Amino acid sequence: MPEEPKALLIRPIRDGTVIDHITHGEALTVLRILGITGTTGEKLSIATNVDTRIAGTGGLKDIVKVSNRELSKEEVDRIALIAPNATINIIRNYLVVEKIGVEIPRYLRGVIRCTNPGCISNANEPIESAFGVSPNGLRCHYCDTVISSDYAQHII
Amino acid sequence: MYHIISIKDFERAEIDELLDKAQAIDQDPGPFTSLNGRQVALLFFEPSTRTRMSFASAVARLGGSSICVDSVEGSSISKGETLADTVRVVSSYVDVIVLRHPKEGAARLAAEFASVPVINAGDGAGQHPSQTLLDLYTIRQSMPLEGIDVGLLGDLRYGRTTHSLAYALSNYDLTIHTIAPETLEMPTSLKDELLDRGCEVVEHDDITDVINDLDVLYATRIQRERFPDAASYYNVAESYRITPELLENRKEQMIVLHPLPRASEIDPRVDALPCAKYFEQARNGVPVRMAMLEEVI
Ligand SMILES: [Zn+2]
Repeated sequence: MPEEPKALLIRPIRDGTVIDHITHGEALTVLRILGITGTTGEKLSIATNVDTRIAGTGGLKDIVKVSNRELSKEEVDRIALIAPNATINIIRNYLVVEKIGVEIPRYLRGVIRCTNPGCISNANEPIESAFGVSPNGLRCHYCDTVISSDYAQHII
Repeated sequence: MYHIISIKDFERAEIDELLDKAQAIDQDPGPFTSLNGRQVALLFFEPSTRTRMSFASAVARLGGSSICVDSVEGSSISKGETLADTVRVVSSYVDVIVLRHPKEGAARLAAEFASVPVINAGDGAGQHPSQTLLDLYTIRQSMPLEGIDVGLLGDLRYGRTTHSLAYALSNYDLTIHTIAPETLEMPTSLKDELLDRGCEVVEHDDITDVINDLDVLYATRIQRERFPDAASYYNVAESYRITPELLENRKEQMIVLHPLPRASEIDPRVDALPCAKYFEQARNGVPVRMAMLEEVI
């Protein structure tokens, strides 16, 4: 019997970070938020629309594996807005040494662009966008504009 | 270091304290010396003659001197230079920066880069705390802020003065009545925020429904460009016009305010009535701005 094709879909990594249970279709956005562009040198494996049995996912998820780089919790929390169920596995020598969920941080810097064209954060100034996170949505630190939906569309 | 950027940064007690300070200044014949030997930059990246003059007067009365940079020079300053850089450089010349800028959040940014206190004199459609404080001050001159009915009239969708005033009023136990034409109603997000803060908000579209219950009527401009054609503008403007006839059965203590300049919102015949407080309100800009300057130095 040949090996099941699913197993070949994405190979284990020796050292690095596996981001599992990403909302399906968002893997590339996750990489963009993490500043991993394909020209930044990391060895990447990306699987999209992988079957999952976890409820509420529509049966599909995305997975990203980043070799030779251990992402910090602070870094990966930036993806929580668009992939709230993601889990982060830190891999050393093929073993998962740490497994953590993502949490939406109280303050988001440099992730979302303010939707207000008149906002100073959209002008050519040496600042990052900044949002306070609350149950009602994201409130721009500079102009008070609230973004409460479609976060993925406003990712920088 | 202390900046004054947004009325939202103020607790009620801090607002009261600033208004008390303004009142003390107002009752003191002077001369004042708190800005003796100090310089204030009035950086105006968009024109606002009245606000600028009012700040310049406040600085002079406190014994300080001001360096004015108006919108024309402002635009040449800003050419190729970020506001962040401008503010860093100007900080090294002066003791306080008063900033007016067309972009929302500009004052917040300026405060992050300045090495001296920044006072927001209006940033685009955003905050204008000195206007809000002088509005509160003027109401308080006539009546306590507690338990009153305040009507906000006009363009409540885009009008920033009413937005910050409404927010500031929500620190007090009072009722806000919004009176706005269709399409110019107060944004839902702001209304929800006021309700969350425990404020009572009643919406009206006809001023005659509520005029006789109000303690304060705060009128603002309804701009021609918000309407598709001249006819619909004139219709609305006419039905929101404040006349002596409209005010005939007003409450005795009721006052009419307007941030000025006015267009046709208030009939000039109202000026002679004792309830017309809008010129007093403009005058109050000076002691309130003096108090703000004293607060930050
Ligand atoms: Zn903004």
